[in-house]
Amino acid sequence: MFTDELGQGGKAPDGPDNSANHHRGTGESLIQLITPGGERVSHPQYDAWVRDVSDEQLASLYEDLVVIRRIDTEATALQRQGELGLWPPLLGQEASQIGSARALRDDDFVFSSYRESGVAYCRGVDLPNIIKVWRGNASAGWDPYTVNLATPQIIIGAHTLHATGYAMGIQNDGADSVAITYFGDGATSEGDVNEAMVFAASFQSPVVFFCQNNHWAISEPVRLQSHIRIADRAAGFGIPSIRVDGNDVLAVMAATREALERARHGGGPTFIEAVTYRMGPHTTADDPTRYRDANELEDWAAKDPIARVKGLLDRKGLLTDELEARVAAKADAVARELRAGCVNMPDPKPLDIFKHVYSTPNSWLDRQEDHYSRYLASFGDPAGAPSEEGAR
Amino acid sequence: MTQMTFARAINSGLRKSLENDPKVILMGEDIGTLGGVFRVTDGLQKDFGKHRVVDTPLAESAIIGTAVGLAYRGYRPVVEIQFDGFIYPAFDQIVSQVAKIHYRTQGAVKMPITVRVPFGGGIGSPEHHSESPEAYFTHTSGLRVVSASNPQDAHTMIQQAIALDDPVLFFEPKRRYHDKGEVDESIDPATAFSMEKARVVTEGKDVTLVAYGPLVKTAKDAALAAADEGVSVEVIDLRSLAPVDFATLEASVRKTGRLVITHEAGQSGGLGAEVAASITERCFYHLESAPVRITGFDIPYPYSKLEMHHLPGLDRILDGVDRALGRPNSLSGLEG
Repeated sequence: MFTDELGQGGKAPDGPDNSANHHRGTGESLIQLITPGGERVSHPQYDAWVRDVSDEQLASLYEDLVVIRRIDTEATALQRQGELGLWPPLLGQEASQIGSARALRDDDFVFSSYRESGVAYCRGVDLPNIIKVWRGNASAGWDPYTVNLATPQIIIGAHTLHATGYAMGIQNDGADSVAITYFGDGATSEGDVNEAMVFAASFQSPVVFFCQNNHWAISEPVRLQSHIRIADRAAGFGIPSIRVDGNDVLAVMAATREALERARHGGGPTFIEAVTYRMGPHTTADDPTRYRDANELEDWAAKDPIARVKGLLDRKGLLTDELEARVAAKADAVARELRAGCVNMPDPKPLDIFKHVYSTPNSWLDRQEDHYSRYLASFGDPAGAPSEEGAR
Repeated sequence: MTQMTFARAINSGLRKSLENDPKVILMGEDIGTLGGVFRVTDGLQKDFGKHRVVDTPLAESAIIGTAVGLAYRGYRPVVEIQFDGFIYPAFDQIVSQVAKIHYRTQGAVKMPITVRVPFGGGIGSPEHHSESPEAYFTHTSGLRVVSASNPQDAHTMIQQAIALDDPVLFFEPKRRYHDKGEVDESIDPATAFSMEKARVVTEGKDVTLVAYGPLVKTAKDAALAAADEGVSVEVIDLRSLAPVDFATLEASVRKTGRLVITHEAGQSGGLGAEVAASITERCFYHLESAPVRITGFDIPYPYSKLEMHHLPGLDRILDGVDRALGRPNSLSGLEG
């Protein structure tokens, strides 16, 4: 379905870059409900999935988009100021994350990669906990069971298997919740993602494969990952797929709701390709000017996920001064809370490194911890952890 | 007490775990309808259903990766990797996920996964069917690694491994699957001898001989043969490979002053190196001679006509015992 044009070049990886073809990312083959200009266009199949979204809820989605962009901007600033070791910006992918995460129920369970800060925000993760790992203060920012969101996965695609296994558990339990997993275009080349789709299809497990095709895996363009459109890969596993405009929050919500309903009612897995764009670097350690064209950024800036919702609100006469002021105040407050939570975060203690390796005592590790605590104690001051430069 | 094979003893242990905990779920290739290529899971799918004894597609990484997801959901998966040499596609999921998720989530998510691996040689198989990959996993923090050597231990330890809240790599010596022994199925695994403890299986006073899995039987036979020559060998079955129960080894070496370690896996960076180094650190002044390792060679597992040259046998082990005792041996006169 929705595969009437090849949207990502279709060139062999070593072939010439046909960028005119390559950038035809949000054409009519995509599910789209809001145009880049902010016009609400009807869709025979997907309108029904968002018919209940009220003006008030549309404004709330707008707020989410603005707030998560602000979180992202603030986190990037914190990294540049030395407060975070690293940060993976989501700039440009706000609608993919907000639209899908706001479609979930509390009892659905999310397995995400490291770029889904917008999903973490929607799941209710406390703001400073979103950046805790990136500050290096802990191995996890939150307890997965409190928000039904696994801690972010760094190994590309590995967590799609976890989502599939979790969904097999849901089936065994006879529940109607769903596991959803977020990954990128690059991940679809990983064996684990392919194996996950094999298992999900064989067992018809209630799992949604949500691929944000942001066109870049660090420096590698999506055409290096796949000779066909990413969504088309799902057909080979017998998994239905949807290709949606990932910069359109309503279209993403509609597609995700359809996939979730299918999964809840025994219809098995769905693959969603949300076609979006990574406007920033892969991480704050990356320099995209080395591998991509500024024109490409301009093209995608014109399809900005926030601008189009703002445009739609304006057309509907909902973009009042009051709404704008309320959203700006919320974004400011969130940024302040994030920054304060970051800089005031208590440092972990040296012996914390030994905690939680096992859930039961371990004689090897207990001995190493004992010896290291004696070593630390030899400095006299228990807080006097040795520095990299040495104390002697 | 019932006479049963090693394989049957595991089957019986798995059955008890399935009966006692509805969250226990078995997964693997050919474990259901067929009952496993070694018949270790024979009859279990028939009795517990396809949702608890699951035949999976042929993808080792997915078998482990979906077990992780099931553990997240509160299940206690027991997965079978069909042969030792097939575990490598799952290496990332074991090392980067299973072993680290409890640490990564700061104790919030437990990974009570048992990975059963038939391992070791001696059955005349082609490549990839006779390996001893345990050291990859003993080197990985977050995992526990055990190996049973006899039917009773296999029966009890598999239940202990499944009940533990941490992941366990459970190495089964496949050439001992058909060995028979007395098994008391009424033993409560919760109060039985701990899976983490090494066991002195033959008492002796001249040399400590450490073995695990398939070579415990060989080591015991070696001790009997040595006794004929007036040498008293104390054989220790390691049982837990990570962590090693050094307290039991130390007590023995303090008594005998001599240490021989044997395993099928290659020597360099193997478990014998860890045992030798740790025992040397812990009781250097009680050692009368350097620890001796009698192991497989640092070669890919050889073709089966020659596998008995690779596998430590009774005579090679006795040669090592002679070396530890300073008696004439095959390397007499060689330096280092």
